[in-house]
Amino acid sequence: MITTEPVITVKNMVKKFGNFVANDNLNFEVYKGEIFGFIGANGAGKTTAIRILCGLSTPTSGEMKVGGFDIYRQTEKIKQNIGYMSQKFSLYEDLTINENIRFYGGIYGMKIADRKVRTEKMLERLELTEYRNRKIGDLPLGWKQKLAFSIAILHNPKIVFLDEPTGGVDPITRRQFWNLIYEAVEQGITVFVTTHYMDEAEYCDRVSIMAEGRIVALDTPERLKKQYSANNMDEVFLKIAR
Amino acid sequence: MNRFLAFLRKEFYHIFRDPRTLVILFGIPIAQLLLFGFVLTNEVRNVKIAVVDHSKDYLSIRLTERLLSSGFFQLAALPKSESEYEGLFRSSKVKEIVVFEPDFARKLIKEGKAGIQVIADASEPNAAQLVVNYTTAIANGFVKDEFTKDQKVPGINIKVRMLFNEDMRDAYNFIPGLIAVILMLISAMMTAITITREKETGTMEILLASPLKPIQIILGKVVPYLILSIINALVVLLLGYFVFEVPIIGNLALLLGEILLFIFLALSLGILISTFANSQLTALAMSGFVLMLPSILLSGFIFPVKNMPVPLQIVANLMPPRWFIEINRTVMLKGGGIETIWPNTVILLGMSVIFILISIRKFKIRLQ
Repeated sequence: MITTEPVITVKNMVKKFGNFVANDNLNFEVYKGEIFGFIGANGAGKTTAIRILCGLSTPTSGEMKVGGFDIYRQTEKIKQNIGYMSQKFSLYEDLTINENIRFYGGIYGMKIADRKVRTEKMLERLELTEYRNRKIGDLPLGWKQKLAFSIAILHNPKIVFLDEPTGGVDPITRRQFWNLIYEAVEQGITVFVTTHYMDEAEYCDRVSIMAEGRIVALDTPERLKKQYSANNMDEVFLKIAR
Repeated sequence: MNRFLAFLRKEFYHIFRDPRTLVILFGIPIAQLLLFGFVLTNEVRNVKIAVVDHSKDYLSIRLTERLLSSGFFQLAALPKSESEYEGLFRSSKVKEIVVFEPDFARKLIKEGKAGIQVIADASEPNAAQLVVNYTTAIANGFVKDEFTKDQKVPGINIKVRMLFNEDMRDAYNFIPGLIAVILMLISAMMTAITITREKETGTMEILLASPLKPIQIILGKVVPYLILSIINALVVLLLGYFVFEVPIIGNLALLLGEILLFIFLALSLGILISTFANSQLTALAMSGFVLMLPSILLSGFIFPVKNMPVPLQIVANLMPPRWFIEINRTVMLKGGGIETIWPNTVILLGMSVIFILISIRKFKIRLQ
């Protein structure tokens, strides 16, 4: 259910590292219930922006709200309402699936009964129930990624931030991963995702294309393709980049 | 609180599932203890000694024979004058010189007291102390055997002189020093490594993006090592007490309090290192060079600080273990109270506060 009610508002976001401008005056809104994609080459400033929105980095200037909360003053409230999956794999390899789930449920302050119900559902969905006592380190990468995503939304956040979640996995697993993202959206979770795979851009409700720290285009994939008279997002991207 | 407990549980999983961590935590302290305990205090057997007998009476000769037939000593020189002593020691021809005063037998019988001077080469303090102890024990045993029938057993006045290291460091010294080294290893190094591991694997970001407060993350990382450090310190103290018979003369509560203070300091140092290091390897190297070597070499654990050249003394004074080992020795071996060790305590406290303050400034609550 896509609305036009903003859950993330970004006005004039600027982030500088010394003389280098990583985010140059970004302005956008993310609507409740949509899949919002941040597309761009490596170094375009996608990760910097996502880290600021998750409270991992302070912006140099600008006004930002996440889930209705101010990014400077209500960081704790924001953290309670978001899920985050980073580029780097984020589960503990020496812990079992179950222990990782308990840990993340614990630090997000989930009620035990609630956690148990959701855990069962999640493991069943991922067909991992019988492997629950395996150490994460023994699992194939594709499973780990799907599990990491499912754990990132275990506490039912309003928004989940995914920073290049499908890096290094095969196309089939990527497709399965996106199915999980759609299911999360059906649950009412807003998805903010960065990627440099152009086929994934097609899966987003709206995409924002970044280059050199700026947003150079922002619309639905359909309209972007029409505007640049391209067959797919790959062509759109190449045309913009040129 | 539940969040914190969930975090703690995870930390203990990490510790108990990593064999390397377990070896460092429990293997190394015990290995070090046994090494320093048994290897450094080497066995006394056929130690070369010199005898200078100024009285040459029947008792001094019998005592000399007793010493040489004990199996512990071997006569290597009979120096004529005192000027030869140093040369004998320097060339390592002898490790100990026993000097009988003139009129030994007469004084012992008539006055009930006679003197022997025992000079030992204290450049190897542990060995020297041991050799002197054996000599003393044999001399005392000798007098008892000779005068069994008498009501009053006369005493031999044994004057010990430790050459090259006049204020002889006690053979028990290794326990107070070892506690410092082990606590540095576990508290500081392991804390630094475990925090940098989260940074290296990327899980630190997930933790920082979660509702956990940074202070909870740090405490969660530190508390398990605090507990393990306390256990280790107690194990070393107990082993020292029961296996090596190292006394604890001073106030035990005071000693434990100072140990806790030092653990606190080491943990804050570990946190500080983790704010500088971005990989476990760097953390390990920094701990090794910044913590381990100086805390062994410059702390007075092995080499007395007093005997160091001035520049090294200045560096040594910056090393936390230097102050802690002094506290330990004073309380454990000399029975000193807070009135003698308060300056050291204040220094340790001050250092902890400085480490914590720098860490807070450096710890990137929001990773840049």
